[in-house]
Amino acid sequence: MFTVGQPSLLTVRNLRVNFYTYRGVVKALDGIDLEIVQGETLGLVGETGSGKSVTALSLIRLIPDPPGKIDDGEILLQGENLLQKSESEMRKVRGARIAMVFQDPSTFLNPVLTIGEQIIETLLVHDVLRGPNLKGKALRLKAREKAVQLLKQVRMPDPAGTLRKYPDELSGGMRQRAMIAMAVACHPDLLIADEPTTALDVTIQAQILELLNDLKKQEGLSVLMITHDLGIVAETCDRVAVMYGGNIVEVGPTSRIFENPLHPYTKALLNSIPRMSTHLERLDSIKGTVPNLISPPSGCRFHPRCPMAMDVCQMNKPVLEEVEERHSVACFLYPEKKPT
Amino acid sequence: MREKLLEIQDLRKYFPKRGGALRKSKQQVYAVDGVTLTIEKGECLGVVGESGCGKTTLGRCVTGLERPTGGTIRHRGVDIAGLSGRQMKKVRSKIQVVFQDPYASLNPRWLVKDIIAEPYVVNQHRTREEVRDQVASLLDMVGLDEDHMYRFPHEFSGGQRQRIAIARALSISPEFIVLDEPTSSLDVSVQAQILNLLKDLQAKLDLTYMFISHNLSVIKHMASRIAVMYLGRIVELGSTEELFQNPLHPYTKVLFDSVPSPDTTVMHKRGPVMGDIPDPANPPEGCHFNPRCPIAIDKCKTAYPELIEHSPGHFAACFRPGEYS
Repeated sequence: MFTVGQPSLLTVRNLRVNFYTYRGVVKALDGIDLEIVQGETLGLVGETGSGKSVTALSLIRLIPDPPGKIDDGEILLQGENLLQKSESEMRKVRGARIAMVFQDPSTFLNPVLTIGEQIIETLLVHDVLRGPNLKGKALRLKAREKAVQLLKQVRMPDPAGTLRKYPDELSGGMRQRAMIAMAVACHPDLLIADEPTTALDVTIQAQILELLNDLKKQEGLSVLMITHDLGIVAETCDRVAVMYGGNIVEVGPTSRIFENPLHPYTKALLNSIPRMSTHLERLDSIKGTVPNLISPPSGCRFHPRCPMAMDVCQMNKPVLEEVEERHSVACFLYPEKKPT
Repeated sequence: MREKLLEIQDLRKYFPKRGGALRKSKQQVYAVDGVTLTIEKGECLGVVGESGCGKTTLGRCVTGLERPTGGTIRHRGVDIAGLSGRQMKKVRSKIQVVFQDPYASLNPRWLVKDIIAEPYVVNQHRTREEVRDQVASLLDMVGLDEDHMYRFPHEFSGGQRQRIAIARALSISPEFIVLDEPTSSLDVSVQAQILNLLKDLQAKLDLTYMFISHNLSVIKHMASRIAVMYLGRIVELGSTEELFQNPLHPYTKVLFDSVPSPDTTVMHKRGPVMGDIPDPANPPEGCHFNPRCPIAIDKCKTAYPELIEHSPGHFAACFRPGEYS
């Protein structure tokens, strides 16, 4: 669980990412601030185009450039600014300190290499198996052992047999397990899970979420869980950041966000999902659609769809400010509650 | 008892699974394997299940897009399973479908006007003015503007495209619409708009729906009755309320438990079920769910349990109904 006073693992300050396309500049991230504390799971929720995945890719500097460009801000991993690192230094960060699990394992895994070859490659590249005079065959043997052990850890049925299999021989759930095995192979500090279960069926999704939770406890991982499913957030995250149109509009402990949402967008989002536990005749929908980020609305990017919009919302952009303990919101409805 | 609109009797659809050098048929995929179901007028029947359970194939058989391997589908007493194309055309004006992906289901080269009017033009002879008026009123009905009819699909967002697909389905005033995952590709705020629209239209036009989805909370919101499918068969069938309060089949319970709940106060009691969904070409012996079932007994491995009515309107196919807790 999230505890106060834990050291911060990753701090993002004023991160601004633009995509320079033929149609214009897509202002994908409009200066976001984010903090991930050691050992916590932070959920990042939002709809299509809100900037969730761009945030994740920026953290490991995998934004396709061109057209994408990180124009401003800093990303501090345990105090080191990742934006000032060279490409070869970044390679040592990716996989080893920040690992990522993607939505669609079939596009991430190499179809012409066996699962075993791919895991072993990860282990060898990052030089995880340091030992006295381990070379050549002995090293590969050790890597193989470690790979089997990793597959066991992610509860793959028949781990030794799976090493020899190609990705297309595995089911979606097993591919996702293999990918998670690769992600935790080098004992990273931070695991970014970008919609890790969206492509899976619900019973398989439940298995994968449980696995991620167990790994987090065993390995002391911090997790950035990116999802559009509020149910997954409620069940797995300690804190949540809600994104809309390239901004973080609200961030706080999961229970506070769900019990006492402050931003009109968060409220509307929570009211628009059909629930298993209660029955409503009608759902509250949010009028309009997600904004086009080439020419985003002025001021608060949510104002054209906001039921509470005021004049000031059109002119100025609200900043993320703490309204109650550890619960911040970027909205002009809460000006005076600012703690002194 | 309300009027029966559609009676499905022992419906089966097998697909050949081809392989080898000469693409010979090696095995069969039992996509739908003996489904018996009645749809009453005015209801919304939810069909829920995971990938490969046959829910989409069931929908495609009902709309005549797929010719069943066996069994009957009676629409107002007429078996539509074996109809010729010409005969089927008449039935299609009563049965329409909305597909999952509004990016694939709308022809990108056609104007919205032509897309919406196509079923109308094919089935009835009308003048150009009549067609235009009809399209305008349909667009209005699904919450779009009249002048949207002179645009192309790429100018619309996913939610708007799905509205166009719904307008097309409504164009020849059908009585029954198969909705195959109509909101799966949409964002939650847009999903809410479409679900509200579908509910309003159902009440206004006295429509009957078959709502196919893998999303249990959406199904619960929309359906008055639910059929739970697993590997080509219905494992449980009952009214939405009854099914949620008193699920009898262990698979139904497992499915309910697996859905992450957005209520932070609700906690799951049971852990996730183990194992993968088996290959529908090679389903397990006996009850298809037995290798993953937490309460399977020896009998489950040899015999398939029939779908039995346990209380009025509540059916389950299980040897140990209601025993998993």
